[in-house]
Amino acid sequence: MKSATTAQYDLIRGIWRENPVLIHLLGLCPALAVTNTVANSLAMGLATFFVLMGSSLLVSTFKRFIPHEVRISAYILIIATFVTIADLVLAAVVPEIHKALGAFIALIVVNCMILGRQEAFASKRPVSRAALDATGTGIGFLIAMLMMGSVRELLGNGTLLGYSVFGAGFEPWIIMILPPGGFLTLGVFLLAMGWWRGRTEGAQARVRRWPHGVATRRAA
Amino acid sequence: MSDPRFELTASPHLKGGATTRRIMWSVTGSLVPIVAAAAYFFGLSALLVIAAATAGAVLTERVFGTPGSLGDGSAAITGVLLGLCLPAGMPMWMAFLGGAFGIGFGKLIFGGLGQNVFNPALLGRAFLQAAFPTAITTWPAAGGSFTQLRGDNFALPLMRASSDAVTEATPLGLMKFEATSTPVGDLFMGSTAGSVGETAALLILLGGAYLAIKRYLDWRIPVAIFVTVAALSGILTAIDSTYPGPLFMLFSGGLMLGAVYMATDPVTSPVTRRGAWIFGVGVGALVVVIRVWGGLPEGVMYAILLMNAMVPFINQATQPRVFGRSGDGMVTA
Amino acid sequence: MTIRGAPAWRLVTTLAAAGGMAGLLIVVVFEWAEPRIEAHRAAVLAAAIDNVLASPAHYDTLYVVDGALRETPPEGVLERDLERVFLGYDESDVPVGFAVTGGEPGYQDIIQLIFGYDPGSGEVVGMEVLESKETPGLGDKIEKDAEFVAEFDGVQTPLVGVKQGAGQGDPSEVDMITGATISSRTVIAIINNRLEELGPLLDTYPATVKR
Repeated sequence: MKSATTAQYDLIRGIWRENPVLIHLLGLCPALAVTNTVANSLAMGLATFFVLMGSSLLVSTFKRFIPHEVRISAYILIIATFVTIADLVLAAVVPEIHKALGAFIALIVVNCMILGRQEAFASKRPVSRAALDATGTGIGFLIAMLMMGSVRELLGNGTLLGYSVFGAGFEPWIIMILPPGGFLTLGVFLLAMGWWRGRTEGAQARVRRWPHGVATRRAA
Repeated sequence: MSDPRFELTASPHLKGGATTRRIMWSVTGSLVPIVAAAAYFFGLSALLVIAAATAGAVLTERVFGTPGSLGDGSAAITGVLLGLCLPAGMPMWMAFLGGAFGIGFGKLIFGGLGQNVFNPALLGRAFLQAAFPTAITTWPAAGGSFTQLRGDNFALPLMRASSDAVTEATPLGLMKFEATSTPVGDLFMGSTAGSVGETAALLILLGGAYLAIKRYLDWRIPVAIFVTVAALSGILTAIDSTYPGPLFMLFSGGLMLGAVYMATDPVTSPVTRRGAWIFGVGVGALVVVIRVWGGLPEGVMYAILLMNAMVPFINQATQPRVFGRSGDGMVTA
Repeated sequence: MTIRGAPAWRLVTTLAAAGGMAGLLIVVVFEWAEPRIEAHRAAVLAAAIDNVLASPAHYDTLYVVDGALRETPPEGVLERDLERVFLGYDESDVPVGFAVTGGEPGYQDIIQLIFGYDPGSGEVVGMEVLESKETPGLGDKIEKDAEFVAEFDGVQTPLVGVKQGAGQGDPSEVDMITGATISSRTVIAIINNRLEELGPLLDTYPATVKR
């Protein structure tokens, strides 16, 4: 029972409560740079997911053989390998998206979210838990990317995944597909997250103060 | 409280009658003739655009601002000023959005009146410029009957404006792309293409003079801007006569409106007198640089926004010496 | 030299082993991906040449070497490092024109384009933007505005950019895009500059004399 909850927690933690982009503010470079369309966000999210999963599995498997002194070099080497593979595969399979993402695929290697998960989690946990953590974090990153991409493509181009939403007469908000649109969208999301967290934490504080609920207090 | 002889309060003990509320509504009052001129030149469309921008600003302040903050009138001014620097043919939904953005992201996000770094009206305009570059550079010609719309003001929200209005290049656009000058008399009276409120230089100057006499705006800032622009463009014309002359530079585009009403925003301009001069010279120099060498025909908006960002540094650099301390802040006694 | 903790040889061997495995993995994937990437690149180029020369039956690749056009690249030089132009022929093997690539900084970033040039008439016969990051909605009209692209179907060189509607009907006029003057001018400048460089070579290339 106990281990089941741990496993569940490993999996769901990264998706929302510790979302890498929206809560930890990691991986902002791709989140700002390539989320101008849903397709680009999806490709970047999946590529990052692949790199994170591959690296976590390898790091967790070989953690005993990697000496502490060279661990960062070894992690970067492993991450860079998967990034290069992702780069080549994207270029061969979806060249248009590869062109749109440009240098940002290669830059996955310096996505601190990935190195962070190796250092903080995969290098200290069994392979199964590392896989769950990578899945959760990867999905969390993908969700954040898709949220940004949907808003920006919808307002900036009037489409979602290339399908017209508002019809032909739509006036695109050009700013949304330009870099400032990324900052604006992310800013609004962070604002909303902060507001939401403030509310829930406020509610938790109230619960701590009156563990039996506000109703009890009123009754008393 | 009821006994005036025994009032115990913290300093300051002498207060002028100029409250934020009073200043703001005076500024709004001084804008009335400019709005009227806008209506004269661009008809009903001008009023629609100004009304939409103001509604966007005021509603956003009402919904997200601190309760009662609407009463100081600053949101209304932001809206009217934004409306004045938009083209008359702009769809109302865009003007509304610009007003909402200016107040929401230009002011409230920093904590409301007095906390913002950038002039909210100009930030709203910068957003519209980046979001709808075509709509904001479609300039209807001045003149025509009052009821004739100067563009598709009633385009449905999110929808593109149908483009069947009579358009005309602005004097600055003519200068930049076709090297054609416009008579300064036309510029002075306002019968040229441009944003709804930027064309009537005369009325803007009168409004500014009124506010300066009432000491509701710092006259140093507009004067510094005018002198800098005139001097720099005078030098440039003297070197090469294809550059536009000082009079053209002063009276074309949004320079008058920007210098008098936007650059002097008390929140986003320096508090010291020396700072005001530095700020004005900076804006003037940037305006000339952007207009003459930049890719855009007009640069007043970006010039003011850039200098807004410098204001904290200007304030810091121009702090007056504190009594009893040397210039470097050390206690001398 | 020893480092506290693991001995130095272990650190080195660990990294060496990891590097070796990484290299092996990458080589395997590269072997699979490379032909696909090359095929795609060639297909894009072929499509562009097809577009700007109005579907030639076939085309030759010519290499610009030391101020002359050659049909074969010199020994020991990688083909992709050379400047190339493409000579298209119609069904009866008559040359129809050259496809030339070029790039210069536009409003945002370098604009890369390819255009067709007919030395016989001295006309540009087509233009396609290969790569640009111009402002969406304004500058990107240089590739998305069909009317602007069509301006390059048969226009006398050197090109002259004119404001929309201000043309005198001259055969070398290209109507520029309102609101995207810089991007439009760059496209025109790229073509003019490239023809200034290569024009004499193209005009005197023997194959065209056959006509």
